Amino acid sequence: MSKAVSALGGVTWTDGIATVHEAPLQGMITVRGDLTSKGVIKAATGATGMQMPAQGTANCNGTKGLCWMSPDELLVLCAYGDVAQVLDGMRAALGDQHGLAVDVSDARALFRVAGKGALEVMAKLAPVDFRPSAFGHGMFRRSRLAQVPAAFWMQEDDAFHVVCFRSQAQYVFDLLKAAGQKGSEVSIF
Amino acid sequence: MLILTCPCCGQTGEETEFHAGGEAHLKRYGPGSSDIEFEGYMFMRENPKGVHFERWRHVYGCGKWFHAARCTMTLEVFGTYPAQTLSPPQELRDKISEKRPGWSWRDFA
Amino acid sequence: MSTRLATGGRLLNTDIPVSFTFNGKTLKGYAGDTLASALLANDQMLVGRSFKYHRPRGIVASGVEEPNALVNLGTEGTFEPNQRATTTELFDGLRATSQNHWPSLEFDVGAINAKLSRFMPAGFYYKMFIHPRPLWKHVYEPFIRQAAGLGQAPKARDADRYEHFYAFCDVLVVGGGIAGLTAAKAAAASGAEVILLEQTAHWGGRAPVDGGHVDGAPVDKVVDELVSELSDMSNVTLRLRTMGAGVYDHGYVLGYERLRDHAPAQDGPRHRLWRIRARHTITATGALERPLSFAGNDIPGVMLASAVRDYVVDYGVSVGDRTVVVTNNDDAYRSALALKQAGLDVPVILDARVPAFDSPLIEQAKAAGIRILMGHGVAKVLGGKRVTGVAVCAQAGEGAVLEEIACDAVAMSGGWSPVVHLWSHCGGKLHWDNDFAMFRPDVDKAPTGADGSPFVSPAGSANGHFGLAEIIGDAHAKGRSAAQAAGFASSKRNAPDGESVTEAPMAPVWLMPQGAGIALRSKAWLDYQNDVKVSDVQLAAQEGFESVEHAKRYTTLGMATDQGKLSNINGLAILSDALDQPIPQTGTTTFRPPYTPISMGAIAGEASRELFQPIRRTPLHDWHTANGADFEPVGQWQRPYAYVRSGESVHDAVMRETKNVRDNLGLLDASTLGKIVVKGPDAGRFLDMLYTNMMSTLKPGKCRYGLMCGENGFLIDDGVVARIDEDTFLCHTTTGGAENIHGHMEEWLQTEWWDWKVYVANVTEQYAQIAVVGPNARAALEALGGMDVSKEALGFMEWADGTLGGFDARVYRISFSGELSYEIAVKASEGQAFWDALLVVGETLGVMPYGTEALHILRAEKGFIMIGDETDGTVIPQDLGLHWALSKKKEDYLGKRAHLRSHMADPTRWQLVGLETTDGSTLPDGAYAVAEGHNDNGQRNVQGRVTSTYHSPNLNKGIAMGLVLNGPDRMGEMLEFPGTDGKIYAARIVNPVFYDPEGDKQNV
Repeated sequence: MSKAVSALGGVTWTDGIATVHEAPLQGMITVRGDLTSKGVIKAATGATGMQMPAQGTANCNGTKGLCWMSPDELLVLCAYGDVAQVLDGMRAALGDQHGLAVDVSDARALFRVAGKGALEVMAKLAPVDFRPSAFGHGMFRRSRLAQVPAAFWMQEDDAFHVVCFRSQAQYVFDLLKAAGQKGSEVSIF
Repeated sequence: MLILTCPCCGQTGEETEFHAGGEAHLKRYGPGSSDIEFEGYMFMRENPKGVHFERWRHVYGCGKWFHAARCTMTLEVFGTYPAQTLSPPQELRDKISEKRPGWSWRDFA
Repeated sequence: MSTRLATGGRLLNTDIPVSFTFNGKTLKGYAGDTLASALLANDQMLVGRSFKYHRPRGIVASGVEEPNALVNLGTEGTFEPNQRATTTELFDGLRATSQNHWPSLEFDVGAINAKLSRFMPAGFYYKMFIHPRPLWKHVYEPFIRQAAGLGQAPKARDADRYEHFYAFCDVLVVGGGIAGLTAAKAAAASGAEVILLEQTAHWGGRAPVDGGHVDGAPVDKVVDELVSELSDMSNVTLRLRTMGAGVYDHGYVLGYERLRDHAPAQDGPRHRLWRIRARHTITATGALERPLSFAGNDIPGVMLASAVRDYVVDYGVSVGDRTVVVTNNDDAYRSALALKQAGLDVPVILDARVPAFDSPLIEQAKAAGIRILMGHGVAKVLGGKRVTGVAVCAQAGEGAVLEEIACDAVAMSGGWSPVVHLWSHCGGKLHWDNDFAMFRPDVDKAPTGADGSPFVSPAGSANGHFGLAEIIGDAHAKGRSAAQAAGFASSKRNAPDGESVTEAPMAPVWLMPQGAGIALRSKAWLDYQNDVKVSDVQLAAQEGFESVEHAKRYTTLGMATDQGKLSNINGLAILSDALDQPIPQTGTTTFRPPYTPISMGAIAGEASRELFQPIRRTPLHDWHTANGADFEPVGQWQRPYAYVRSGESVHDAVMRETKNVRDNLGLLDASTLGKIVVKGPDAGRFLDMLYTNMMSTLKPGKCRYGLMCGENGFLIDDGVVARIDEDTFLCHTTTGGAENIHGHMEEWLQTEWWDWKVYVANVTEQYAQIAVVGPNARAALEALGGMDVSKEALGFMEWADGTLGGFDARVYRISFSGELSYEIAVKASEGQAFWDALLVVGETLGVMPYGTEALHILRAEKGFIMIGDETDGTVIPQDLGLHWALSKKKEDYLGKRAHLRSHMADPTRWQLVGLETTDGSTLPDGAYAVAEGHNDNGQRNVQGRVTSTYHSPNLNKGIAMGLVLNGPDRMGEMLEFPGTDGKIYAARIVNPVFYDPEGDKQNV
């Protein structure tokens, strides 16, 4: 029984200078704890097979990943269907160590913004330096898109993964479309 | 519009990514404190022309609170440092002394 | 008359004719024209009426400084008033109309004001309309409103879209003239990333018109080469039609790009606001020519000398067959020579100076056979709607007319002022240059940035350099030093060699002739758009408005849409003279961004229509929309207020839903309630500090209602806390409160109790939370099956995890209505499916969804408070009779100390009571209960106010809550509440619990 639906049901838009696609439900777990402690490292790397990310970066591959959120917070990415199992494993790895791991998969929406104009679309909405010298693969940035919080990273060339709150998915989708409207190329990057 | 560097995540961002949180290094007075102490804690604030210490939160970023030392006249930012401290780091105070000799703020100089 | 010349027009493409309309009349121009040049080419010199006296006004300038040629552009959704014809690029189909006249531009009734100008001096409105007071509202204000304003405000919604763009660079150069191009190249040569902005559609600024040589090559060729070189550099971004609008703190600069104003058929946004962070900014913003103040200097046909030259050279337009040139400097001679070269007549150059030597330009003019009268000026301009001649006088005298010279245009030059606006926006200081009679940047007092070092450098004529050699030398040096300031090793290349022409010194001329009497002075305009004359500024000084900022506001000098680009220096020179003090002592008014007006659309960017503000939608939003929801905003959330069925009013729906919850079964989308996980060994201790009541004693599996106060003692939030396990709690907050309370928790954990072992996470949106409420609630859940929800298994204020109808669910048995009630949290992604399942099992149980208004009525029937209704940031728990929730056992919690302050402990604070009208009607919301007597303002004293008021369909009468002086001790007393409708509502003080006071209905 497929009861679970993503915020916008996997909507796609291709009518502009970049394409916008809502990704299917993505497993996301917020982990809080001492990121240098054995327990947290074991919980995070064990769950994903990824290396611990350095400050301001993310190590992602497919639906798996570890994203550095703050000095005491990670965002763990895994397949949506695996969340319960991954959480169990992480809690076991944490043991008695002070920490927190909670499922936030359903609290978020994930978009993929791709194409030649992707960088420009992002630069119209986030007060972030997207010049290649300042932003590239592996970097993970929490900021805002217009008026709402968002986090984003580049997993491949000319493509951004953008995470926002589920309740704001429609707003963010509309933002990305407006910023990607036809004829709005900035031609700067 | 200011730019600030968050000492907790290392990001430099514009003011819209942050939230100002008023004066830094306030000492909390709870039950048992005198009316004067509580008044000082709740309401009395510095209003300096020059060196100032204030609290900021990286609200659209890592979510952490931190402190910033700033000149209210020129808006120069002397430095930022984590919130988990009762006084500005000596290194920063020395740096401010180089730029604003003779500065003082509350009990710090 | 003004006309198109057979030859010339460097910017025109005469192969592409363009058709446009002005006041409905179809006119022809060419691609490359501005609206102003095309109007002049069609002999349309008269383009508008002035603001106050409705004087005929013609085009004065050729660029952004134009004060007069303001027009309405477009129609309907693209209509925009007050657009400068001089900066409007012509396109096929452009529609322009003139402003501020009735019934027509040629014949304007308002021009009667000019005849009355003697009676309308500076400060006229202030003096005239102040008495008698009562006339202001009904006579004066409507009259002034009718007369005020230039263009019309648009009525239709803006059809265009706008956007922002965040850009970052090492060196930003504002201004694409020869100085900006040179500076950009010098900076880019070091490897720095450079952005170069030019407000017009063309590179080069004045240089191609003014001429000259660089490294032996003609300057227009040099401009082309520079542009081509810079275009090829990957570290340079060039941007035409983009104005540097403002310079702000820490290297923040706004650029205003006009993408489609010249090509409305193109796709995409109309304007783009560039939000640029530059390590260093160079202002190569050029200089503006000043008018001269002589009588009749506002008559159409009187123009800036540089503009006359621009129209000939750039657009092949002659503004007149015979042009008199009047000047105090050499530069205007270039205009005279350009006119001569184009085959036009210059009957005389009136030069107010008596120069010690003949400069090369003077010699050239003489050689061209132009008559030159040194030491002479214009006594007055002859003509009405168009110049017909000038009366010549000696500059040193009082204006005795020596001769009259027929002409149809006057080219004037009062010298040049560097454009110091952007330099000054963020605190760059100016100093007075006596040689050129101008303010120029004081480069030792530059604006400073985040690190305390200067971040703006002026270059070229914006820095007060006028010879080509000096301009290029300065720009090259500034480009290099800017790159260096941005952290790049500067290139070793030398500056190109510009060739400067020796000029005779200019002489300051603030009034022409210098001894002009009152008759001439009151016809000598300073500010064309706002109708401020020399005599007005002198009157302001005489009346004591000695500060330049006061004189500006009193006379309105420089307060029009052009912000005094032409008038300010002349005005403050007149003021200084009247005050008998040097100009630098008078100082300038403050330069504020934007440099020229920018569109509101550009400022809003994407934030219009559906993107005006973020709307937050619950997982059930689409269902709500499809089922008649009348939404109300709660914070940024959209919540159904009621689900309106066909044939029902909203009120009907609310009544139906409220009743059905008590009688059968209601479903509420409670997903918006905040949910925050608090975990750690110190979690209990932490919550004991946050809530006024004790949370650490709560047992796992149980729920407890809690109150939160700020450190100042006032209520900030409330909600139910569930203890999940020994060191984990889940705190519910109000709908609008989740982010705030999460932030509040983080603040205390990070900044005060950072050694406590507690982590918090905001999981509000992880769950769809649905309240299943009413006598049939248990039956509904039992029909879903999977969990024991009996009274024994799940008592009031308990929670349990389990499955319901196949859904993983957490069930809280809590009630905000006094009914049997369960709040069920499922994954947000499964929220819709779960809601659907509830509707199916509820079908035979009388299920109806209910909205926030029913929720409010239900809680008010039970006397439950609502944060934001009963509280407003000044209310403490004691006011609401919530003493029971204030722990006496705890030594400390946020707000405890504040509650001991004298005003908080004052027994006369208003307190919560129920209110009931005697006739069953509903009290007006927010109404105040009056007391005996009046206060010092003559208003009735008050003794309470209504905080919540509803019609209860279950009790079939109006019920209300309110805060009343000594309320709980006054049960049964009557109060009077005057409504804004003029009626007086009488209500009795009663117990706030109106319904089921024993709680029998929820404890089943």
